[in-house]
Amino acid sequence: MASDHTGLDGSGNGAGSGSGNNSGNGSGGGQAGRALRGGWRRVLPERFISAFLIVCTLMSVLTTAGIIFVLLFQALQFFGEVSFIEFITGTRWTPLFHSKQFGVLALVSATFLTAILSMVVALPLGLLSAIFLSEYAPEGARRVIKPVLEVLAGIPTVVYGYFALLFVTPLLQRISEDIFVFNAMSASIVMGIMILPMVASLSEDAMRAVPRSLREGAYALGATKLEVATQVVVPAALSGIVSAFILAVSRAIGETMIVTIAAGQTPNFTFNPFVPIETMTAYIVQVSLGDTPTGTLEYKTIFAVALLLFAITLVMNLLSQYVVRRFREEYE
Amino acid sequence: MAVITQREFARTKARRVWMGRGFYALCLLAVCISLAMLGVLLVYLGSQGYGRVSWDFITSFPSRFPERAGIYAALIGSIYVVGIAGIVSFVLGVAAAVYLEEYAGRSRLAQIARVNIANLAGVPSIVYGLLGLEIFVRVMELGRSVMAGGLTLALLVLPIIIVASGEAIRAVPGSLREGGFGLGATRWQVVRHLVLPQAMPGILTGVILAVSRAIGETAPLIAMGALTFVPFAPDGPLSRFTVLPIQIFNWVSRPQEGFHEAAAAGIIVLLVVLLLMNALAVILRNKFQNRLEG
Repeated sequence: MASDHTGLDGSGNGAGSGSGNNSGNGSGGGQAGRALRGGWRRVLPERFISAFLIVCTLMSVLTTAGIIFVLLFQALQFFGEVSFIEFITGTRWTPLFHSKQFGVLALVSATFLTAILSMVVALPLGLLSAIFLSEYAPEGARRVIKPVLEVLAGIPTVVYGYFALLFVTPLLQRISEDIFVFNAMSASIVMGIMILPMVASLSEDAMRAVPRSLREGAYALGATKLEVATQVVVPAALSGIVSAFILAVSRAIGETMIVTIAAGQTPNFTFNPFVPIETMTAYIVQVSLGDTPTGTLEYKTIFAVALLLFAITLVMNLLSQYVVRRFREEYE
Repeated sequence: MAVITQREFARTKARRVWMGRGFYALCLLAVCISLAMLGVLLVYLGSQGYGRVSWDFITSFPSRFPERAGIYAALIGSIYVVGIAGIVSFVLGVAAAVYLEEYAGRSRLAQIARVNIANLAGVPSIVYGLLGLEIFVRVMELGRSVMAGGLTLALLVLPIIIVASGEAIRAVPGSLREGGFGLGATRWQVVRHLVLPQAMPGILTGVILAVSRAIGETAPLIAMGALTFVPFAPDGPLSRFTVLPIQIFNWVSRPQEGFHEAAAAGIIVLLVVLLLMNALAVILRNKFQNRLEG
């Protein structure tokens, strides 16, 4: 494989050493022998290096393979003991109790509840910020605001967890006494703040890719800035915006520390955002923190949950890539 | 389209202009809210943890007594784990990027690898923790050690480095390579002496980005089985460990106010480290750029 490629596109390398060898064979002198040996000295390390590079590239492919293998291996053992139907349709999740029930919907509902609520925060703020940055802000302001917003994305999630539990929750509790210490609402609000820069940044990229001529055409017809932004730019950039949203939801579904710290560890099939719940990711953390012996059914549950989590986020990522490819508006 | 009178037009125009202004205000408000969130977050953390940050805090081991607890073990653990993750992912990531950009062309492996990298970046980080638990901790029998933690994080940040390095390598003009080939250089000589030096600022920025991500990761290391209470600093690659974010998580989950304060102080240290990393990225990039241009 390696030699194929150096031959194919390595015109300099392939042609150079080839002609060296030919002339060497033709004249048959001592000089030719040296050229031949020099050629080997040049080719061997090349082969070694390209083999090394391939091995390194394979590592990333093997990572995916490893993830799928590990999750399937343990999850299949789990489904040998617990029926898949019970797992996927049940609404009570009590694997750590004496009477075990494995209804993963209790965790899935919590995961989607927090993801959707966080999008309620991130989506409007992110999209409006993106419109501001792309359509209204002068270049100087944009160059300052965008990196500052991206600082939000670089803050470790455990920090957001702290903020949710100790700042946002007490704030919510001041509004209503009935809100529990652990609740989906404060976790979701904070998760929304965390995801916001991702929505803003990706949507803004999509909007800036809309050609200027389209905007100018609309202005020439007498449109206001609002009309240009909402009726020309956003529709033209819609594939990029939608794909950013899907990626953001997927990110929210896989987010762990904020929901673990602030949303609780009580599996609860509910869509009430003010009571403790437990997301899929929080359950994995809960079991990992305990002393669950390897090989037990409880231990295998985390792999079954992780497999489901992996499948959901994979589907969303593929969907996001598909939306960009399929619905991209091509101009020029 | 219906024809409208001038008066009607004037009326709708006034409305459209006002709506436009309203929308502008709304967008501005959204940006301000977003920026204000960052401000509130930082000010709140600062006010909560400021009093606890001290030299003692950095050089003390964790304790049952909140006022005596420190982050020494976690800080050293973080340095070990992130160091290993940084070195391993740098080597693997740059090598993979060089292969994909300079060697592979349209080979089957390259196509698979590209699709794969796009999807790996979307895998929740906690899933990597389970991968590390099974492969590094159990199959390779590294135990729940800094080595296993470092390798787990290396895989996690690998896509970041591959993508950033790939972009940096692609930005190197083709004429440079052709000049090298024209002088009879081999492919590796061209990569080693012409492409990589030119791409290095971009690659380093990617590495620092990846390392910053690794510093803040909590979930994969918990899933992998890092400890939450460690009264000792790791002393080798197979030593057990905790890291700063896990220490913070541990303190947040305790009911005592004192530990919450310690957590805020830990967060301040964590954010300062991240800030320094980013400053380093900017400095490195400038230095390299100057050297290349000069």
